[in-house]
Amino acid sequence: MKKLLTAALSAALFASTAQAQQLNFDDPAEFARQREMLTAKANGPEGEPWVQYYGDQMADTAQYKKEGPYTICFSNAGVNNAWRVTGWTNMQAEVKLHPEIKELIHVDAEGSDDKQISDIDDLINGGKCSVLIVSPNTTAALTPAVEKACAKLPVIVFDRGVNTKCPVTFIHPVGGYGFGIQAGEFVAATAPAGAHVLMLRIVPGVDVLETRASAAKRIFKEKGLNVIGEEFTEGDNAKTKSIVEDYLQRGSIDAIWMDAGATAVAALEAFEDSGLPLPIITGEDQQDFLMKWKAEGFKAIAPTYPTYQWRTPIIAAVKVLKGEAVPGPEWVMPQPSITAETLDQYVNDKMPPLHHAMCGCEKLPDYPAAWGGQ
Amino acid sequence: MIQETVGSAKAPGAARGGRLPKINPVFFVLAALLVAITLSNPNFVEPTGYMNFLKRAAPLAILAAGQIYVIVSGGFDLSVGSVITLTVVGSSVLLNNNADATWWVIPVMYAVGLAVGVVNGLVVSYLRVPSLIATLGMMITLNGAAFMWSSGSPRGYLPETFRFFGRTNIQGIPLIQFLPVALLVLIVVGLCLFWLMHRTNLGRLLHAIGDNPRAAQMSGVPLERVRIIAFVISSLSAVTAGILLGGFAGVSTDVGVGYELQAITACVIGGAQLLGGRGSVPASIAGALTLTAIFTLLNFIGLPKPVRDVVQGVILIVAVVLATYRRNRAGGT
Repeated sequence: MKKLLTAALSAALFASTAQAQQLNFDDPAEFARQREMLTAKANGPEGEPWVQYYGDQMADTAQYKKEGPYTICFSNAGVNNAWRVTGWTNMQAEVKLHPEIKELIHVDAEGSDDKQISDIDDLINGGKCSVLIVSPNTTAALTPAVEKACAKLPVIVFDRGVNTKCPVTFIHPVGGYGFGIQAGEFVAATAPAGAHVLMLRIVPGVDVLETRASAAKRIFKEKGLNVIGEEFTEGDNAKTKSIVEDYLQRGSIDAIWMDAGATAVAALEAFEDSGLPLPIITGEDQQDFLMKWKAEGFKAIAPTYPTYQWRTPIIAAVKVLKGEAVPGPEWVMPQPSITAETLDQYVNDKMPPLHHAMCGCEKLPDYPAAWGGQ
Repeated sequence: MIQETVGSAKAPGAARGGRLPKINPVFFVLAALLVAITLSNPNFVEPTGYMNFLKRAAPLAILAAGQIYVIVSGGFDLSVGSVITLTVVGSSVLLNNNADATWWVIPVMYAVGLAVGVVNGLVVSYLRVPSLIATLGMMITLNGAAFMWSSGSPRGYLPETFRFFGRTNIQGIPLIQFLPVALLVLIVVGLCLFWLMHRTNLGRLLHAIGDNPRAAQMSGVPLERVRIIAFVISSLSAVTAGILLGGFAGVSTDVGVGYELQAITACVIGGAQLLGGRGSVPASIAGALTLTAIFTLLNFIGLPKPVRDVVQGVILIVAVVLATYRRNRAGGT
C-alpha cells in the first residue's frame, strides 16, 4: 500500500515538473534581459511611467488613421481581484481625459476563456468599435480570437499576452522575472547567508507568477539562502496566516518572499501573534501592507506590477486612431519597486486597504473617490 | 433500502435517548490525527501549538455545528460561505475604520444573518424549492451583494475592537498560559447548540422532520417553522464564523469561499446522514477539528502541494467511509 502510494505520488510530482519544464518558466536568457531592463533608462517623459517605454522600435499606424469621435471597445478578462479593480478604475478615468472618445464599451469575461472568446466575437460583429483593447484571460486560449479580430480592426493587447504578433502593440511592464528579481535581490542583500526563507505563492501554473518564483529561486541559490518551503496560499489571508504559524512552530523564519502582496499583512500577523519580531518581507503596493510597513518599520520591499498600465491602452488607442506611431510590437513600460526611501510617496491612509498605490492615478479625474478613497 | 428504513426507525429513539449508543469513530480519527501531528511536530503539545490549532478551527467548528441543524432536518445550507464573506465585507464597510462602531455593527450583521436564514427557510418551506437550489441561489445572490457593496475590493480595515473575537489571546492563564477568545466563543456557541439539539424538544422535532417529514407532519410537527429555525441557526452560526475569520485574518473579499462544502464535509465526517434524521453537534465539531487537523498535519509534514492534495483526499474518503460504516452497523443492530 505504502509503495503504491509513493509510486502514485512520485508520478504526480513528475508530471507536474515535466509540465513546468515544457512551458519553461525558468529561462536564463529572459531572466538576464529583464534584469538589465530594470536598471535601464526608459524613453518618454520623466514621472509619467504609463507613457514611457524601453527600446525604440515603433509600430506604424498610418493605415488605421480615422476621423473621430471614437468608440473604444474593451474585452476585459475580469474585474475579479483588487488589482484589476484599481486598474479598471484607472482606465475609466483615463477615458475622461480624451474628448475625442465618444464611448468606451466594456465587456467583462468574468474570468472565463469561453465568455471572452464570444465577447470578442460580439464586439467585432457589432460593428461599432473603432479599436479593440484586449486583456486576455489566458494566453493560448485567446490567441485565435485575437487573430480574428486583427483582420477586422486595430487591436491592442495588454497585461497578459497572446501568441501572435498581429496586434498593433502589446503593452506590459518589464515582467514576472523582473518582479522576482527585485524581491529576490532585496532578500539576498538584507538576509545573511544561510538565512531561512519561506516562499509564499498564490497558485502554481500561472506564467507571470511562475516566472516571479523561478527568478527569486535563482537568486536565493546564487546567494546561498536556505529556502525552507514553498507554499501556496490561494491568496487567502486565513490560510496564509495558518501556514506561517505552522512554520514558526517548526523553526525560525528570517525572511518571507511573496509572489503577490495581498496576504502580506496576514503573514506578518502570524509573527505578531506568536510574539516574534517581524521578518524581512517582500510584499506589493497594496495600501494595507504599506501602512503596516510605515507603522512598524520592518525591512521590506514592495515590487509592483503597476496598475498604471491600464491607462496606457487608452492612450495608445487614441494615438493609433490618429495615425501616430506607438511603441510596438511590444510596449514595455517601467516596473518600479517601492523601497524604504520611497515609501512615504505611496503610503496613504485615506485609501482602502487593497488599493494598489502604484496606480499613477493621483492626478486623474475623480481621484480619490472613484478608487474608494476619502 | 432496508437498512435505511431500519435506520430511520431507530433514529428518533437515539435522539430521545440523547446519547448515542457507541462512541462515534470521528473521535478516534481525530485522536489519531492529533497523535500524528504531535509525532511530526513535538511543539504541538505546547500551548502555542494546540491553542493556535483550536483558534484556527473555531470558525469551521461553529459553522459545522450550525450546518448540522439543517442537515438533520433533511436539507443543506450552501449559503453559509457567502454569509461569511458578506459579514466580513459588510462589517468593513459599516465600520468605516471607526473602532467605536463595533458594538452596533455586530448586531446589524446578526440581523442580516437572521434575515438570510428566514428567507432560506421560507423559500424551502413555502415555495417548496429544494434546499440545495434555494441556498445555492442565496449564495450567488449574497456573493453578488458583497461584491456590489464593496465594488470588488474591500473599502476599509477591520479595527482591533472587531478583530478581538478572532485574534486576541487572553494572557496569563495558569496551565495553558493563554486562551484565545475564539476558543471561548466556540465553547459557548457549541454548548448552546448542543443543548438546543440534544436536550430540547426542538432537537427531537428536527430529527423527526429530517427522518420522515410526512410522518412528522401527520403527528402535528410544525414543519415550516422548524425548518425556518434550522436555517436561521445555520445563518447565525455563519455570521459568528465570519466575525471570527475576519478577526483572525483581516478583511478580504473571498474569505468565505469553499466554507459551505467544508462545513458539510465536517458534518459527514461526524457521522451525519446527508438525507436528514441523524447527526450530532459534538460529532460535527469533532468533524471540523478533524478536517483542520488534516490540513495542519499536512502543513507540518511539509509534503509538496500535489502530494498533499492526494493524501488529503484519501484521508477524507477514509474518514467518511468510517462514519458510514458505523452508521450502517448502528442501523442494523
